[in-house]
Amino acid sequence: MYEPQNTLQGPSLYQPYPARIIRTLPQIPDHQLFQVRFEQEDMVKSFTYRPGQFLMLSVLGTGEAPFSISSSPTRPGVIELCVRQIGRVTKALFNLPPNALVGIRGPYGNGFPLEQLRGNNLLLVAGGLGMAPLRSLLWYALDNRAKFKDVILMYGGRNPDEMLFKYELLNLIDRADVKCLLTVDNDPEGIWKARIGVVTKLFDHVEIDPENTFAAVCGPSVMFKFVLEKLLQRNFSKDRILMSLERNMQCGVGKCGHCMIGYKYTCLDGPIFTYWDAINLPEMI
Amino acid sequence: MKIVKLPKEKLAEFLSCLRAFGEIHAPTKRGEKSHVFAPLKEPAGIELDYTRTILPLKKYFLPPMETMFNFQAEKGYETPAEESDKKYIIFGVHPCDIHSLKILDLVFGGKYVDGHYFSRRSKAAIIGLDCIPDEFCFCRSTGTDFVDDGFDLFLSDIEDSYLVRVGTSLGDDMVKAADTLFQEVTVQDREKYKKKSIQRGQSFQSEIQLQDLPEIMDLEYESQIWQELGEECLGCGTCSMVCPTCYCYAVFDELNLDAASGQRIRRWDSCLFKDYALVAGGHNFRAQRSSRVKNRYFHKQRGFVSQYGRPSCVGCGRCKEYCPAGVDIIEVVNKLRSETRV
Ligand SMILES: Cc1cc2nc3c(=O)[nH]c(=O)nc-3n(C[C@H](O)[C@H](O)[C@H](O)COP(=O)(O)OP(=O)(O)OC[C@H]3O[C@@H](n4cnc5c(N)ncnc54)[C@H](O)[C@@H]3O)c2cc1C
Ligand code: SF4
Ligand code: SF4
Ligand code: FES
Repeated sequence: MYEPQNTLQGPSLYQPYPARIIRTLPQIPDHQLFQVRFEQEDMVKSFTYRPGQFLMLSVLGTGEAPFSISSSPTRPGVIELCVRQIGRVTKALFNLPPNALVGIRGPYGNGFPLEQLRGNNLLLVAGGLGMAPLRSLLWYALDNRAKFKDVILMYGGRNPDEMLFKYELLNLIDRADVKCLLTVDNDPEGIWKARIGVVTKLFDHVEIDPENTFAAVCGPSVMFKFVLEKLLQRNFSKDRILMSLERNMQCGVGKCGHCMIGYKYTCLDGPIFTYWDAINLPEMI
Repeated sequence: MKIVKLPKEKLAEFLSCLRAFGEIHAPTKRGEKSHVFAPLKEPAGIELDYTRTILPLKKYFLPPMETMFNFQAEKGYETPAEESDKKYIIFGVHPCDIHSLKILDLVFGGKYVDGHYFSRRSKAAIIGLDCIPDEFCFCRSTGTDFVDDGFDLFLSDIEDSYLVRVGTSLGDDMVKAADTLFQEVTVQDREKYKKKSIQRGQSFQSEIQLQDLPEIMDLEYESQIWQELGEECLGCGTCSMVCPTCYCYAVFDELNLDAASGQRIRRWDSCLFKDYALVAGGHNFRAQRSSRVKNRYFHKQRGFVSQYGRPSCVGCGRCKEYCPAGVDIIEVVNKLRSETRV
């Protein structure tokens, strides 16, 4: 199911490999999807990863930052990153000319525990940019459909203009092999074809068997809190709730110390943690 | 282990022989009371009865600042020209500092090997030396007052001579290169060594009980002690800089004047600095100084244990000696303990 990946290690462990931004797809204000391709042909072919893993992206002269890989390893060749413009590195990234050279190293982190997920139902709950890592898992599951039972996606945004991957996800609504529930808090212009209301309301529309389901929840912490309540109400075991955490990361490989939470490195032991891990680590959320 | 004897009056001669193996760095005086590891010009400049240097040995392997690689527009990233193959001998290293290197080896090794660190490590020979503890040392409590490995040679003072343990093949070559200076160890020498060892054991003034500290740290996570420490601590980061096992660093890019090329640099960082855990968007996971102080202790005594199976403190006493606010690790641990007993 999953081939162990060979994490790239250059002459310096920290030296990125050259890659080009071959395409940028504007998503919503301040968010873009970057399609990136390694310069070296053999690396284009050999680079593989696990949904939920991240890579370190460098903008020459500005610096480096971690980003979840938003594409699926089932669709090799191009790596997709969904980035929000928020600070120095991301601003520089948004201002690069077409076909610009960037640097990539990775993949890093544990990623989703695919071996464990296999044979289970998947419940993916996303809010905002939380869709970035979950999109990788979503397409992985859809491209390996027989390996999972039901696949359910719940994704919410504030309004239709803030839904990431909007058309791609709207197209899933009619697919029979996935239950795609999309919702917006408000629809001021009356253009939204899917549901209206907060993400947690989507739970009213699904039957879930908590014993045979893994929930992956990614999104702002407020959303996380409410979704968690719902899951616990539905008798989810704390080991079956997965989340992706963000911390300051300056190396990605367990050396610089910055991503430490209590006694785990987010970059090595995470970024995917179970809810059980979370409540056992001080400073986790 | 092979053990030989070096009479003290032969030390200078031995040091000259050692120069064939690399540039010798040894404890030398800096100012009135302080010591630093520095290149040894004259054998007479060596200060073997020092207790601790201000900066620990990590400066040789994880320099305070280093260029990891260069970059150029439209060329990308490239490793700087090979560093020189210059060999070093670090002479006079105390057991706690040898242990600290073993701890750094754990951190920089593992699944992802940090070549910057290990290429320097492989070029430096370590010659250890035993010591007499002062009021800041608590290495006996941390189990780092003796070493069995991690050195090429290790010298133990037995009054008029040194007993020299030979730890590696390179160490053996060093002894062989100065063959005529060394003597066989006698029964009396062994007796002297044992006597010295007992004396040393009795001269520890600071002792803390560390075995169950991880549990106590968990219990005292919400303790008022952290609040109080947060008020004392100035957040200056000195404790991290002088600690032989603190390894955190920050990474940044530096542009050259042409604005098209530059270097990626890493520089020692401290978890006591305010922006250490800051993430994009301005959220700071440890905005309070108390939470940062707590994190430092927690990581050394609790976190490191679950990651690497042992605490990362080697009891060298540097953080206590050099803290401008008088924050004292022994006092902190004792307070945590007594809180738990109540
Ligand atoms: C595992 C993981 C996955 C992620 N996935 C995504 C994703 O898919 N999409 C996405 O958009 N984002 C993602 N992020 C967040 C992303 O890494 C940040 O948005 C990014 O680091 C912002 O970088 P910046 O330089 O633009 O922001 P800045 O705020 O400028 O800098 C980011 C970090 O660098 C430090 N820093 C930079 N400059 C300074 C300075 N002058 N002084 C002090 N500190 C400074 C800050 O402490 C801050 O933590 C992820 C983060 C993690 C950890
Ligand atoms: S040296 Fe002392 S004052 Fe400075 S950061 Fe460390 S504990 Fe705080
Ligand atoms: S925490 Fe203090 S006593 Fe322990 S190794 Fe570091 S500097 Fe030495
Ligand atoms: S990012 Fe450096 S230790 Fe995790």
